[in-house]
Amino acid sequence: MALQIERDYQRFREIVKGKIRENLRKYMSHGEILVPRGRGVVSIPLPRIEIPHFRFDTRKMGGVGQGEGEVGTPVGVGEVEGGSAAGDQPGEHLLEVELTFEELVQILAEDLELPRIVPKGKEDIYVEKERYTGIARSGPESLRHFKRTYKEALKRQLIAGLYDFENPIVVPIREDRRYRSWKVRLVPIAKAVILYMMDVSGSMGPEQKEIVRLESFWIDLWIRHHYKRTETCYIVHDAAAKEVDRETFFRLREGGGTRISSAYKLGWEIIRERFPPDEWNIYVFQFSDGDNWDGGDTETCIKLLREHYLPNVNLFCYGQVKSAYGSGDFIYHLERHLGRAENLILSRINSKEEIYDSIKAFLGKGK
Amino acid sequence: MVRWTHDQIQDVVQEVYEYVLQEGLDPLETVFEIVDYETMNELAAYAGFPKRYPHWSFGMEYEYIRQSYRYGLHRIYEMVVNNDPAYAYLLESNTWVDQKMVIAHVFAHSDFFKNNAWFSKTNRKMIDTMANHEATIQTYIERYGPEEVESFLDICLSLEDLIDFHSLFIPRKSRQKPEEVQPRPTPVKLKVPRPYLDPYINPPEFIEAQKQQHEKKRQTPPPFPIAPEKDVLLFLIEHAPLENWQKVILSIMRDESYYFAPQRATQVMNEGWATFWHSRIMTRYLLKDSEVIEYADKHSGVLAAPPHRLNPYKLGYALWKDIEERWNKGRFGPEWEACDDMKVKTQWDRKLGLGLQKIFEVRRFANDLTFIDQFLTEEFCNRHKLFVYQYNRETGYYEIKDRDYRKVKQQLLLQLTNFGKPIIYVQDGNYKNRGELYLKHKHEGVDLDIPYAKETLKHIYALWKRPVHLETVLQNRRRVLTYDGGSHLEVQMA
Repeated sequence: MALQIERDYQRFREIVKGKIRENLRKYMSHGEILVPRGRGVVSIPLPRIEIPHFRFDTRKMGGVGQGEGEVGTPVGVGEVEGGSAAGDQPGEHLLEVELTFEELVQILAEDLELPRIVPKGKEDIYVEKERYTGIARSGPESLRHFKRTYKEALKRQLIAGLYDFENPIVVPIREDRRYRSWKVRLVPIAKAVILYMMDVSGSMGPEQKEIVRLESFWIDLWIRHHYKRTETCYIVHDAAAKEVDRETFFRLREGGGTRISSAYKLGWEIIRERFPPDEWNIYVFQFSDGDNWDGGDTETCIKLLREHYLPNVNLFCYGQVKSAYGSGDFIYHLERHLGRAENLILSRINSKEEIYDSIKAFLGKGK
Repeated sequence: MVRWTHDQIQDVVQEVYEYVLQEGLDPLETVFEIVDYETMNELAAYAGFPKRYPHWSFGMEYEYIRQSYRYGLHRIYEMVVNNDPAYAYLLESNTWVDQKMVIAHVFAHSDFFKNNAWFSKTNRKMIDTMANHEATIQTYIERYGPEEVESFLDICLSLEDLIDFHSLFIPRKSRQKPEEVQPRPTPVKLKVPRPYLDPYINPPEFIEAQKQQHEKKRQTPPPFPIAPEKDVLLFLIEHAPLENWQKVILSIMRDESYYFAPQRATQVMNEGWATFWHSRIMTRYLLKDSEVIEYADKHSGVLAAPPHRLNPYKLGYALWKDIEERWNKGRFGPEWEACDDMKVKTQWDRKLGLGLQKIFEVRRFANDLTFIDQFLTEEFCNRHKLFVYQYNRETGYYEIKDRDYRKVKQQLLLQLTNFGKPIIYVQDGNYKNRGELYLKHKHEGVDLDIPYAKETLKHIYALWKRPVHLETVLQNRRRVLTYDGGSHLEVQMA
């Protein structure tokens, strides 16, 4: 039996991806919509795509049910049940659509109109890659190169004087056939490290951290897509900085003051020791509410950025998250002193809804 | 897991078939195929047909079925296609007991397809026809491009309910064009029983008035359509400014709609019928002692309903059982109706034994609507604890509203009338003499879903290409919704 469900199923998925693209802003600001399922797959609940038709107002329709209960006993919640014909329809549950990270990245690329990241290849590790660029005289029929074959046949016929200009028919013979063939090339593997820094001082609440968590999902997704090997590194700081694992990074809450330079110093140490800039593509993402208490500290930060970070990293992104205590002026100082640096990107994130724009700002430069 | 060979299945089929005939069922020739769950899910998305026209909605259906199978919510044991021969698919992973039960079930469906009057006009070569539809639409896709055809299919699917199910049974002469229809000559004079009454019954002023009225009628063009047309799809095929390929696709959609209509009109009966017979044949003939528990488990699974929900299989099955019992015991007719002594009623048994004869008779002529109207009795309603529920705006819940059997019946009938879809007529195809389309919703107590109606009007506009109006009733006021290609308009009528 030759079934063709694949055709309709793929078309449906195209439509679904279109819907996700349309609503990407919503998906980015509501993390719960994306449910990671095992390796490299997310599941997205979608409402049923309906073709409109004349139908009754389900609220006014009511229905017939069966069972015990007095008049007035509730039998179903309004939102969930459709009260559909004979009350028998299986609840119109949401459809879960599974997308691979790959598909998600493609949607991201199309929607955000992001230029592709060009790997800054440090050519120390190579892999062999086959590319079909060559032509051979033998090969499988499925790889036959029609144009070249006919060209050969034409050449042969011209040389042999068999070509009739009145009746230009070219018939290839076995010797004319040409096939596509591959050549092996050595391609450098590009490596990247993503360094996250977050302010965990008292003023950063759960909501601010949620924003950082959501942003990091998309950042990871995007950068991992472009590099064969990606490392991540997490630094938290209040007045002092330390390196932590991912779990702790999003959970940890410290009190106390804020000294951003402490994180910058630790970050630079880590880069120098473990990820030397001539071998690694370095991406730094820093999140804070911008309240850097100690006045002199901001100058130190700017100095560190100017001397160490900006000349060496691909991208330094600073996202200033608005907290319950408002937004500090750190971003303002960076803007004033370093605003012209090409690989420094600053973004203000006032609410979840702005995640979309900040991702676009961070990753839109194609660095 | 058991793997079924073709021969094994054929043996079971043969065995069941003998009992089926013995019980008086008369199925179509039925071809059985064993399929794995993936194939079953794919077939289910296509309503059992190996080939359907390309459309994403089948892909969506497939995703739903696949997911509910994966989460164990739903399992399709069998599927039958109304075709001659009928095609039945059995799930590979069914157990021995399942297969016996399911084969008996399938034969009963097949019997219903063959013998119920509402199926008498359906195309029995639908598997071939569907494949032809697929080929035709595929050609159009190649010629006009997939986007063009897909968006047209979307429009058609949005209108697929707008058919006149009963029109299949009305033998029609060829359709007359409006201008060919002569207005009926109006009798100028009234009939006079006695000649001397003539000057009194037909005074000269009256004759003059009649003549003028007649003349006026002759001058106004006849309405178009002559009578309100319920087959909106047909009206659009005949009169909307469509390309030829669009007309063909719309006709294909209409044909498929008419093909599925009888199945939708007899769902409760048909499922009940199949359940009735698998139960009877299993328990009388096929069941071995060791299989009883498993059978009971499966059978109750078929009839299970979540709390407060109505399972149409169960409703149908229970009604068939009830009819059988009532006609076996003579619980019908004026004497039974007149009796109001509950004691007498519970012991009523005239030993007529007419049960089987009656149910065969009912399966021949009834559809869900007449079935429920005739056989859902007060006793039945009380015994099965049926109730009407209604949405309560204040609490946000659906709540039990009434247990009166008349209300229950009324609600069920409402849901079954026109397959639970609003009845829409073409009232005027040349509204205001400006070529606009005027549709009328026959309001029967429940309002339309207005956002949906507006979207649907847009689709009709896409075919008609002139403003489209829909008259309906909203909160007890007559309203006209209009879509003129740019914006929606809602006018309240006097």
